[in-house]
Amino acid sequence: MSAPLSGPVLVLLDHHDDAVRPSVLELLTAARSFGAPVHGVWFGDGLEGALDALAGAGVEQVHRVGGLGDAAHLAAPAGDAVAEVATLARASALLVTSTFENKELATRVGVRTRAGVVVDADDVALEDGRVVAEKTVFAGTWTTRCVVTTPLAVVALKAGSIQAEPAPAPSTPQVVDVHVTPSGQGRVATLVERTERPASVRPELSEAQVVVAGGRGTNGDFSAVEELADVLGGAVGATRVATDEGWIGHDAQIGQTGVTVAPRLYIGAGISGAVHHRGGMQASGTIVAVNSDPESPIFEIADFGIVGDLFTVLPQAAAELRRLQG
Amino acid sequence: MRIVVCVKHVPDIQSDRTLGADGRVVRDGGDGTLNELDENAVEAALELAATDKGSEVVALTVGPPDAEDAARRALQMGADAAVHVLDDAVAGSDVFATATVLAAAIRRVGAAGPVDLVVTGMAALDGLTSMLPVALAAELDLPALTLAAEVAVDGGAVRVRRELDSASEVLSAPLPALVSVTDQANEPRYPNFKGILAARKKRVEVLTLADLGVDPATVGTAGARTQVVGAAARPVRENRVLVTDDGTAGLKLAAYLVERKLV
Ligand SMILES: Cc1cc2nc3c(=O)[nH]c(=O)nc-3n(C[C@H](O)[C@H](O)[C@H](O)COP(=O)(O)OP(=O)(O)OC[C@H]3O[C@@H](n4cnc5c(N)ncnc54)[C@H](O)[C@@H]3O)c2cc1C
Ligand SMILES: Nc1ncnc2c1ncn2[C@@H]1O[C@H](COP(=O)(O)O)[C@@H](O)[C@H]1O
Repeated sequence: MSAPLSGPVLVLLDHHDDAVRPSVLELLTAARSFGAPVHGVWFGDGLEGALDALAGAGVEQVHRVGGLGDAAHLAAPAGDAVAEVATLARASALLVTSTFENKELATRVGVRTRAGVVVDADDVALEDGRVVAEKTVFAGTWTTRCVVTTPLAVVALKAGSIQAEPAPAPSTPQVVDVHVTPSGQGRVATLVERTERPASVRPELSEAQVVVAGGRGTNGDFSAVEELADVLGGAVGATRVATDEGWIGHDAQIGQTGVTVAPRLYIGAGISGAVHHRGGMQASGTIVAVNSDPESPIFEIADFGIVGDLFTVLPQAAAELRRLQG
Repeated sequence: MRIVVCVKHVPDIQSDRTLGADGRVVRDGGDGTLNELDENAVEAALELAATDKGSEVVALTVGPPDAEDAARRALQMGADAAVHVLDDAVAGSDVFATATVLAAAIRRVGAAGPVDLVVTGMAALDGLTSMLPVALAAELDLPALTLAAEVAVDGGAVRVRRELDSASEVLSAPLPALVSVTDQANEPRYPNFKGILAARKKRVEVLTLADLGVDPATVGTAGARTQVVGAAARPVRENRVLVTDDGTAGLKLAAYLVERKLV
């Protein structure tokens, strides 16, 4: 690392109540590797409960944004607030987790600060003083490397791309309160209604190390998929067909218009492997497919393919894994 | 109501797509199409226009010569007019530059009568960034109602429902506004014979950056804030195994996962 960054690395601290999301610890690990001070941006309440975790991850300063209320959920006001913090802190980089909401926020920061933005990145590093991000494109078939050439680099990193590690030595995060006024910043939409989805007992789909997904072949019965997911401690995913049929919530949809996942292990059952679906899972570590049709395109990308009925193969695998686990 | 719908010409996702050494999409012509998700955008625009007599839908695309196909397709589906911004200087533009150009074109369309609504797809299936709608709304200082699974216009306001990773939301804003729609929003129509015939009589207006008063130095590769320094096809997966279930495939799967330390 020849040239260090001139300013701190800012990390968007996504949180559920007072707990930071697991992906935030990954971002903080990446941020520390830049060798610059690590700052965080926190929206709303609950920060006190998270300070220990942030100290363990080496955060030196937290910019707590208040006064936005519901507007904190909207890309324009939230992005404007983060842009303001980035400018005040003279940040050289901003890292956020690559969700639909955060990609929009990152774009808004780019508009406000003229920063270069890379979203859906799989990796980020500092090379010769410049932020370089890696991302897969074209349904996971190509990898590209992008250098951000602006003084502020904004990168949205996909959850699970890197391994979170604690800081070598804990820090003492300083909290700075930032008050922003959402009015007078142009025309924005109003949030009429927001219904949080109840948290699942299983890991978050986009963050899970193991994903077991079901498609039309389940014929609406996801029990075998869920059973295997639970034995493996994984999340449950689905194809658009399965979510359109209402067999499972839309938030379980993997693919180009759903969630992009890249877990260590993906198991697809009763899924044909349409390009739209592949785009959301092709970058997974190991791909297992169970499908009764040997001609299914999913077998073209499966490390371990099984031509068979998911209703016999999945329960047998689950039972065997339970037996091996003792 | 006057609606501008942004449509993009992209390589067919069913084809083998490649990147050049400069990181740009190789466009060898012939296998490009209207971005599938923009069919949802055109459909949404047409449905909203149908609720208000005398409405007009203008399809807008920025891109190389074959991008005209995307505009044509929108005309065949039922758009009333189309604009194609065609200029060599645009090649290699990033999302912010593309937004600048689209915004300039929309202002020009607006000069002939105010634009009430801008509709886009949720993402272009080439880069799949979903960044453009927010960047464009910011350029035009319009409220952005993105990722709409449902959209309705009523009494001068637009209202959308959207499903995010962790929540379901309803947003609303007074017109003019920008809406991006998902593939859940509707079922895009196929152009019928009548539509195809009618489209033949419609002209795609071609505009250059000079026509729009956009400085070429601010767009294209020169204006880009990120630079692709490497592109490679991902290695093919090796040592792939395919078994046919003989009654023990579940056991084999368990053994495979254990052996690979995946459990
Ligand atoms: C614009 C657009 C966006 C889209 N976005 C997405 C997206 O984000 N995600 C997505 O998933 N799709 C998406 N789709 C839909 C996509 O094109 C496919 O239609 C969908 O992925 C197919 O789902 P499937 O594999 O469950 O169903 P099918 O293609 O019908 O496949 C079902 C498979 O199950 C197998 N099967 C049946 N019974 C059994 C059994 N008992 N045991 C084992 N196997 C069995 C069959 O052999 C078959 O291969 C999109 C489509 C469009 C047009
Ligand atoms: N060059 C372009 N011309 C017209 N519309 C575009 C262009 N690029 C993107 N769009 C619109 O912006 C949406 C989102 O694209 P993107 O942000 O690139 O994923 C697309 O669905 C289109 O509606």
